Amino acid sequence: MAEEAEKMEVKEEEVKEEEEKVEPKLGVYICTGCDIDKLDIEKLVTVAEEEKAPVIKTHPALCGKEGVELIKSDIANEGVNQIAIAACSPRVKWDIFDFGGCCVDRINLREGVVWTHDIDEHTQELAEDLLRMGIGKVQKMEVPVALEEEIDKSILVVGGGISGITAALAVANAGYDVNLVEKADSLGGWAAKFSKVTPQSSPFREVEDFNIQEKIDEVNANPRISVYTSSKIDKIEGQPGQFNVSLNDGAVEFKAGAIVLATGWKPYDASKLEELGYGNPNVITNLQMEEVLSNGFKADSVAFIQCAGQRDENHLPYCSSICCMVTLKQAKLIRQQNPDSKVYIFYDHMRTPGLFEEFYRAVQDDEGIFLTKGNVKKVDINGGVVLEVEDTLLGENINVKVDKVVLATGMISSMEGVPTTKEEQAELAEKGIEFENILNLDYRQGPELPLLKYGFPDSNFICFPYETRRTGIYAAGCVRQPMGIKASMDDATGAALKAVQCVELISEGGTTFPRSGDIDFPDVFLQRCTQCKRCTEECPFGAINEDEKGTPFYNPMRCRRCGTCFGACPERIVSFKGYSVDMVSTMLKAVSVPGPEEEKPRIIAFVCENDAYPALDMSAMHKLKYSPFVRIIPVRCLGSVNTVFIADTLSKGIDGVLMLGCKYGDDYQCHFVRGSELANERMGKVQETLDRLMLESDRVQVKEVAITEYDKVPEIINEFVETIKELEPNPYKGF
Amino acid sequence: MSEGKYSSVLVIGGGISGITAAIEAAEAGYDVYLVEKNPYLGGRVAQLNKYFPKNCPPYCGLEIFFKRIKTNPRFNFFTNAEIENVSGSAGNFEVTVRINPSYVNNNCTLCNKCAEACPAERQNDFNYGMDKTKAIYLPHDLAFPMKYVIDPLTCKKMDGCSECVSACKYDAIDLNMQPETMKLNVGSIIIATGWKPYDATKIDNLGFGKYENVVTNVMFERIAANNGPTGGKIVRPDGKPVKSIAFVQCAGSRDENHLAYCSAICCLASMKQATYIREQNPDSKVYIFYIDIRAPGRYEDVYAKAKQDENIIFIKGKVAKIEEDPTKSLVVEAENAVNGEKVRQKVDMVVLATGMQPSLSEIKIPGLDVKYDEYGFVTGTDGVFGVGVASEPTEVVGANEEATAAALKAIQVLRR
Repeated sequence: MAEEAEKMEVKEEEVKEEEEKVEPKLGVYICTGCDIDKLDIEKLVTVAEEEKAPVIKTHPALCGKEGVELIKSDIANEGVNQIAIAACSPRVKWDIFDFGGCCVDRINLREGVVWTHDIDEHTQELAEDLLRMGIGKVQKMEVPVALEEEIDKSILVVGGGISGITAALAVANAGYDVNLVEKADSLGGWAAKFSKVTPQSSPFREVEDFNIQEKIDEVNANPRISVYTSSKIDKIEGQPGQFNVSLNDGAVEFKAGAIVLATGWKPYDASKLEELGYGNPNVITNLQMEEVLSNGFKADSVAFIQCAGQRDENHLPYCSSICCMVTLKQAKLIRQQNPDSKVYIFYDHMRTPGLFEEFYRAVQDDEGIFLTKGNVKKVDINGGVVLEVEDTLLGENINVKVDKVVLATGMISSMEGVPTTKEEQAELAEKGIEFENILNLDYRQGPELPLLKYGFPDSNFICFPYETRRTGIYAAGCVRQPMGIKASMDDATGAALKAVQCVELISEGGTTFPRSGDIDFPDVFLQRCTQCKRCTEECPFGAINEDEKGTPFYNPMRCRRCGTCFGACPERIVSFKGYSVDMVSTMLKAVSVPGPEEEKPRIIAFVCENDAYPALDMSAMHKLKYSPFVRIIPVRCLGSVNTVFIADTLSKGIDGVLMLGCKYGDDYQCHFVRGSELANERMGKVQETLDRLMLESDRVQVKEVAITEYDKVPEIINEFVETIKELEPNPYKGF
Repeated sequence: MSEGKYSSVLVIGGGISGITAAIEAAEAGYDVYLVEKNPYLGGRVAQLNKYFPKNCPPYCGLEIFFKRIKTNPRFNFFTNAEIENVSGSAGNFEVTVRINPSYVNNNCTLCNKCAEACPAERQNDFNYGMDKTKAIYLPHDLAFPMKYVIDPLTCKKMDGCSECVSACKYDAIDLNMQPETMKLNVGSIIIATGWKPYDATKIDNLGFGKYENVVTNVMFERIAANNGPTGGKIVRPDGKPVKSIAFVQCAGSRDENHLAYCSAICCLASMKQATYIREQNPDSKVYIFYIDIRAPGRYEDVYAKAKQDENIIFIKGKVAKIEEDPTKSLVVEAENAVNGEKVRQKVDMVVLATGMQPSLSEIKIPGLDVKYDEYGFVTGTDGVFGVGVASEPTEVVGANEEATAAALKAIQVLRR
């Protein structure tokens, strides 16, 4: 670790030397189109002059060919490399104002000023402040340099069931090496136990043969795939591109670039289903039925009870997705093996979504299969098995006597019960409960992927099903959601893509989703670190490890560039080249603070650039107005707002600080998972600051804004301004 | 890569599946060309108010997609574009793309002066025809690319009108813009052409098109959206307030006279939409007529939550017919499948949970030798992969899993 830190320092020095060769030169470009000319442009030019900008130009349409040429020629001929463009929102004309190798800041005079404010003295002051802030910011910005590291592009696949096998083949067929690790002594998992499966392909009407052995043979024959059966992972340390994996008490060691977790599922414990007669030899689970069927099955009558121990607060609250289809398949197979048999299926809701409906229809055509909605009230096992069923579609309660009852029991993630943090491990150890970890990550925040609801390490995002809280580790198949074979194979292929993509992005120094390809990693001035551990605890992606003393060790390839560490650090020693402490401080200093007698409150709003900021742009398109006393600073995430800035802001006489971020809690929308939540948690610290400064607590507020709430966000801002106006001016004005 | 093979991927369709497949492949290091028929990317999800199960806005994810697209040099896309022809086979496809004129160039600054000057109006298809825009218009608030376009069918340029051209200070409008064709050579193709809502006027007994206050689920999304035709206030198409709504499930789905398959998303969509009205009007009542509530996996939570609301009433029974009363309210008639009772429920508004039909149900991709099932879902062929609702009815999560998988399959073809 020390060696690596040293290496990094050397590299930084080299980079700094290179940078010193280029003389910074500022150019300020003010567009006067799209109603921006309603502002006093001359005064804006004066602001730029006061900031000693060597090049200042105005243009009636900066985004037009001529305007862009103007900037380009200044870059080429004048050596301009710090470009402050005062025009429209940075969300538009992004391709036009992209000047590679230069630092660029976009000052939003259109959406942020003229489209959302009546033109008056206050609005002019807003524009001047924003211009000053942007000029300050761009002068502190640096061009990031990609980290160049030795990368191993091979992929580790954990779990040798259908998902793991599919992922391994998918990765290998795309040209990457794979290490496939399986706990059992052979590959195949559950799918190896099923000789026939539900329909997997168009037209989805027939039970299909499934030959997993063919796939296993393909794995074994593929020179890119190394298989480790009867194997367990002792430890995975490092970061994407540089994971060191150790198996079987150190007997095997190899490197990996990214990981697919495909450890599958385990069946729900049917012994908890005594009320449904489980324990009697004639009452079995659907999984046991698979075995019975493959050995030849001869019962004359069989009843299936759907949702056994599922969709039930006392058992599994969720639905296992596939049991309806599995039951239909087993019913079909029973009928094929014994055409005189009778099959009853009692369900609550028949769930055969999409094209699986075709199979349901095909099964309904079989007269020997009787299907009805029904609530199995009682399973009487005294002398034959008799089911008492109510709420059926026959309009009456029925009693059915059968030879066998099959309980359609559900699936549990293999991660269920696995401790994911060191605290959980300690707790289990203390209670004497045995446990086994799967990945054994050597991460400060714990050895596994963090879990979402019901023990699934799933993504919380609808649009981004492979979002993960441990960079470079992707869950696939039933470990993260109950799903069937077809879905598992798709899912595993998708996870394989993400793993391959991760090593490719990282090999170019970039990060993964959502700031995909961003090469700008955090730079930490460790000499001033107080070992407070906040950054290591708060990082949503577990990117930072620490030594015994608590000194953080940043793993830049685990980092997702959210800036939560930047926000967490009380010493403010974490910065990015394009998002630094210096930049934010400079912007805050650039805000003019009129004296208390002028009755011009000043408010800073830190605004999440993914949701609240676009919402404000949309407010502007709808020509909605908000108070001109507010200066907006876009941030990567509210998690990247450092509370020390809030203290600085208030002690300089700014009257209030508003933070606009995404929804947090169970249904969080924060794309850095915990940023918005952390901003709220940190409010406790802010309160201490307010108390120390003897300021009212209302002066700092966090509000949740969804991207579509363009109609509400001006109201939120205006309400906040009203609250501030009701207070006395900040007594620190003029200090 | 062997000789004579092309090293890029074509994605047809720029909805959520298409942009997912394309950006995932591009971020894995491959050149991608995406062809979209609309003037913007995002497809049907851009028209959704919220996603189930979290009730979060699709714009939020789209903003991230667009940011990824903006910063990725390997992602090339064409809007207002269609496939004219495809020839060749896996590894060696030649594709002819036609780019239709939008009549607005990249000088457009979104200043809106053109629309202010335009004398012609068009039905706003983004809002399923429930309001109008000018003939020159911005497709929607988060349109990407963020640019105005002209609807040539309603524009009055043939009558000599050029009001927009005079109003534009930035030389952004060219009424003489011509279609262009271009050739692309690609190694593999991902079909992400998505879906269209099943034509509800074909379901005679449910009164759509006949009764004003019967709408479809896709229309209801727009009615509830704050950038929709009513500014997000849920009112009937005749303008009256809504206190009760009936959702009719499987409207045209699971029905051999219409779509024999299940559209997979409508149960969850209706339960989500029930929350729109329940949140806006706490006194409202919602009736959901269903055959089976299909909320698989963790989506069961959505159903469990809806059941907790005593003002959301679930009735197992297929709706036989809908009638309009003199106040233009509606009477929904069904038989309760469990107790056999006949139900006649009067409601202010009816939402038909109409299903998804593949966009390629009738029109196919010209020249491309690919297999479809009887409904028009793509079943694929060597080097060609169907994803999202082009291949099967699925929700956004499933579509994106498939699209991500297809990105890798497309890459495998390039790496053979």
